[in-house]
Amino acid sequence: MEPQTKLAGGEKFRLIRRFLRGSVHYFVLAIAFACLGMVFNALTPQIIRITVDSILGSEPLELPGFLQGLIPAEQLRANPLDSLWWAAGAVLLAAALRGLSGYGQRVNLSKGSERFVKRIRDDLFGHIQHLSYAWHTAHSTGDMIQRCTSDVDVIRGFVCNQLVEVVRIVFLIVFYLCIMFTMNLRLSIIAAIFIPIVGISSGVFHKKISSRFKVADEAEGELTTCAQENLTGVRVVRAFGRERYEVDRFREKNNKFSMLWIRLGRLLSVYWASGTLLTCTQVMVILVAGVIEAVEGRLSLGSLIAFVSYNEALTWPVRSLGRVLSEMSKAGVSIDRVGYILNAPEETDDADATATEIQGDIIFENVTFRYEEKDVLKDVSFTIPQGSTYAILGGTGSGKSTLIHLLDRLYDLNPEQGRITIGGTDIRKIDRKHLRRNVGLVLQEPFLFSQTIKENIAATRPEATTEEIRTVAGIACVDEAITEFPDGYDTVVGERGVTLSGGQKQRVAIARMLLQGAPVMIFDDSLSAVDAETDTKIRHALREKLDTATVILISHRITTLMQADQILVLDDGKVSDIGTHQELIARPGIYKDIYEIQMSSDDRKLIQEGVMH
Amino acid sequence: MAAFDEKEYTKSFDLSIWKRLLPFLKSYRWAFFWMILFNLLTAAIDVVLPLFQRYAINNFIEPGTLEGLIPFVLAYILAIVLQSLSVVAFGQNSMVIEMNFGRDMRQSLFTHLQTLSFSFYNVTPVGYLLSRVMSDTNRIAAMIAWNVTDILWALFYVGGTFVSMLLLNWRLALVIILIVPAIAVLTGYFQGKILHWNRKIRKMNSRITGAFNEGITGAKTSKTLVIEEQNNESFRELTKSMHDSGIRAARLNAVYIPLVLFCSTVAVAIVLLRGGYMAMDSVLEIATLSTFTAYAVGIFEPIQMTASNIAEFISLQASIERVTDLMSQEPQVCDSPEVTEKYGDVFTPKTENWEPLKGEIEFRDVTFRYPDGGENVLEHFSLKIPAGTTVAIVGETGAGKSTLVNLACRFFEPTSGQILIDGVDYRERSQLWLHSNIGYVLQNPHLFSGSVRENIRYGRLEATDAEVEAAARIVSADTVVSKLEKGWDSDVGEGGDRLSTGEKQLISFARAVLADPRIFVLDEATSSIDTQTEQLIQNAIDHLLKDRTSFLIAHRLSTIRKADLILVVRDGKIVEQGQHLELLKRGGYYHDLYSKQFAEENAAKILKRN
Repeated sequence: MEPQTKLAGGEKFRLIRRFLRGSVHYFVLAIAFACLGMVFNALTPQIIRITVDSILGSEPLELPGFLQGLIPAEQLRANPLDSLWWAAGAVLLAAALRGLSGYGQRVNLSKGSERFVKRIRDDLFGHIQHLSYAWHTAHSTGDMIQRCTSDVDVIRGFVCNQLVEVVRIVFLIVFYLCIMFTMNLRLSIIAAIFIPIVGISSGVFHKKISSRFKVADEAEGELTTCAQENLTGVRVVRAFGRERYEVDRFREKNNKFSMLWIRLGRLLSVYWASGTLLTCTQVMVILVAGVIEAVEGRLSLGSLIAFVSYNEALTWPVRSLGRVLSEMSKAGVSIDRVGYILNAPEETDDADATATEIQGDIIFENVTFRYEEKDVLKDVSFTIPQGSTYAILGGTGSGKSTLIHLLDRLYDLNPEQGRITIGGTDIRKIDRKHLRRNVGLVLQEPFLFSQTIKENIAATRPEATTEEIRTVAGIACVDEAITEFPDGYDTVVGERGVTLSGGQKQRVAIARMLLQGAPVMIFDDSLSAVDAETDTKIRHALREKLDTATVILISHRITTLMQADQILVLDDGKVSDIGTHQELIARPGIYKDIYEIQMSSDDRKLIQEGVMH
Repeated sequence: MAAFDEKEYTKSFDLSIWKRLLPFLKSYRWAFFWMILFNLLTAAIDVVLPLFQRYAINNFIEPGTLEGLIPFVLAYILAIVLQSLSVVAFGQNSMVIEMNFGRDMRQSLFTHLQTLSFSFYNVTPVGYLLSRVMSDTNRIAAMIAWNVTDILWALFYVGGTFVSMLLLNWRLALVIILIVPAIAVLTGYFQGKILHWNRKIRKMNSRITGAFNEGITGAKTSKTLVIEEQNNESFRELTKSMHDSGIRAARLNAVYIPLVLFCSTVAVAIVLLRGGYMAMDSVLEIATLSTFTAYAVGIFEPIQMTASNIAEFISLQASIERVTDLMSQEPQVCDSPEVTEKYGDVFTPKTENWEPLKGEIEFRDVTFRYPDGGENVLEHFSLKIPAGTTVAIVGETGAGKSTLVNLACRFFEPTSGQILIDGVDYRERSQLWLHSNIGYVLQNPHLFSGSVRENIRYGRLEATDAEVEAAARIVSADTVVSKLEKGWDSDVGEGGDRLSTGEKQLISFARAVLADPRIFVLDEATSSIDTQTEQLIQNAIDHLLKDRTSFLIAHRLSTIRKADLILVVRDGKIVEQGQHLELLKRGGYYHDLYSKQFAEENAAKILKRN
């Protein structure tokens, strides 16, 4: 089901490189500091070696060349107590330097990764905003959100933790091995042999465990679904008296989930223990071999102690290298999934797109439109005179929504599919945003953002005054309802706040569109959840306040339709009839049928009052 | 309309909250005993391992001999093997504790939720409950198992190390112990701040997820309003503050962790200085000196980890409170002890004592107010519904049409007055007795993931395949099945989302038919269903209404007209009641409703026909 394309290796690399722009130098710095820290870290065992061998022992004191000028070696040899102070001081100095490097490493790493992830998020969000309407219709929200959150986290982990970690560990291994090789060849070879064994075994083991993890995760998913379905379907459960059955079903899944994890736990414990076993064995082998070397006089005591600490410092990083490498393979899928979004083309405008005043008649000329293999509109032509109220009537799937989506350029016509002009200009030549700013559209199911009602209404003009906002809310007949909320216009709506009824939502959306002040306004069945009385009120207010605007209405209500200057009846993608109310009721057709049924109703009174006004 | 308010949770440490876990922990007494034991063993070996080096230096290198190396190696191997075994043991043990403990808690929470009343479900979002059943229990179990393991090990290890150091050289040991308070002060200073920032980051993370959610769900609307750039702007502000907080938090860690490491180096320096001095005076062996440096390097990380583990552990209190609060939530509708005694509870019904249900329902002087407040929606309402009657309840969306059904089904109980079923107050019978006799079809039919067959069988669990199929045929649900690839065994998807609403409805009808209830409730669909399916549904309904007491929360005229009794609801109250013709003649609210709906429904029909 879910859209999935695989990116070529090069593309993946390019994508990562793109995200790294602006943060890569932090990562380089972080790695540099990390390496510097390791160098300082490597000093302590050397200081201990010198202390044990030359200060406490009887070996000649040999200091590296650059230190000889700084430290009065001769004097020290004469006074061992002083040299202990020097040694302790050196340890602290090395530690302080290491601490500073550690600080540099962490700060740079966090700067790098925060900037990196910010870039991905901003790119994704911005890109999604500019993807076409068709794209949004075709993709499921949940999957996209997951790509923008979990997959982004995986990519972040890959670059900011795993890649950096791998570089750091590889440097650590090479650097420490170099030091060790200068100290004792045989011991170093033994230590080096352990590295691939520990690393590979850890990687292989980890891979095996990950597949089990997947199974356990799926069991958790099933358990969650079971609980969720029970809770959402609580009415069904109760009405059938199925509590017992549900509890048993949950128990079964619950037990399965726990069992899988307990089994996984067995494997995990073996994995941990194998780590302990291997690393401890490595430490032991080096110690024993070192003892033999020392007893045979090829290694000083101090060197042995130092060598053992280097060896210990190597063991766990090597092990985690295996794990990290096996985890890194997972990132590929996430890069694909994020890349899928970013590679979708954004809406664009022609280079010669204009932003002239939107004015004049709207003309549909032989518009034909196919969507997903289906003919939605077939050779539709009509004219909406400027400043008129134009109504469209049509059943589900008649193509009425497509008409207005085309007018707002939410979909574009191909050259051979006819054209739509406003004041003689083909709308494909008009700057998309300019067009949409001037063609206000209230969707059938409008979306309100989780902000205050005020912010929602003022979405297109955040600088609007409270009066302006209340005026448009008044026209949309929602001002009264809003002021009845405890927080009035500052009431937060949506997920984090109050839930509005369908009719209230529609009316807030209408107010929001009105504030846009567009010369063309479209209502796509946007009063369906409002009762007929309010519907009439809103339309009267609209007509009074916005006399010059072109208004396009889509509705099923005769009361709404009949007041339009022209009514277009759309049937199965074709124009079935066009005319005024009087014309249409004078001849047989869909409109007349509907009119007669609705006029037999008690709404008649209301309609007549409306017309008389 | 009311927004759901989440309760504020206790911030300060409160032992009584923790005590609520005890009943769940009791059955794992032995597992905890093993946890302590294995951790003790692991930590002891961790303390012992550096001593091998000391022994080697003292007995092989200093005297310059290899004598006794073999037993030494054997002992070393023994320690390693013991250590590995103990790691296996405590790993498995802790996992068993985590999973079993979590399982028990989840199970009892889930079971408890099955007894809670509708009044509770009406005001509580599913997400809220789900996060308690799943995330909170998981978190508690994981922390109880693993944090405690980590803390125990660290305590044993640090304690053991000090004991070992004191035994080796108490004067040097005391000097190192002096460093511990420094770490404690550091940790105390930083931990709180780090925790604070981490919490902030978590919050911000969920805000970013929310912003993505809005950005994606609202993208179409944003397009029509041309506010894409504005959205980008505010999103960038959000990610900017996330970026800044992330760095703030990392900076704290960047200072704190190197400082702790520095402390351990101070200990090493002290060992070198003091120990070296002692060694020169031959009070201390060089071997012991090297052991001390190893210890000094090793103990400070566990101390620091323990500090953050404990802090995290304490923050578990909120999760415990969330779970146990839900567990102590009392059901609003419950059977009296005498009733339970006779008829059993929902989990262990005593069906042998159940009387057959005929389906006569009587409201006697019922006054009702929803438990979440507001005014009385029914006042002294009396109505007798003979068995087999079809009652239609009509009114605008949100007018409160479900109230009567909720009462009749005992999803809610009257505030005062009585509801009698077959002449007996239903509070004298068990809830399950009534519910087992109700068939319920929702406006938005709810199916469970699983096969079509399983979903239909939900109506009567012991039904044979043939009975399931027969029930489906009665309501034409077999037409749905024939279109599916795997027929009866096709998976309907999560919540049935692989089927269309109309198809789901047919399946849910079949489910109700199979249950063969005495009382039938139909919350009718308004959603647009293609004409063909609609006809099928119509037939199915006709079948279901036969010989049953039925409530139709109706929207469709054809069904309303057929009803024996129509109740007209406006603003939560019953304003008119009677039969179709008689109500029409009265020319009141029903007449208005009917005309309007008639008009709209027919318009839709005409448009569809063309």
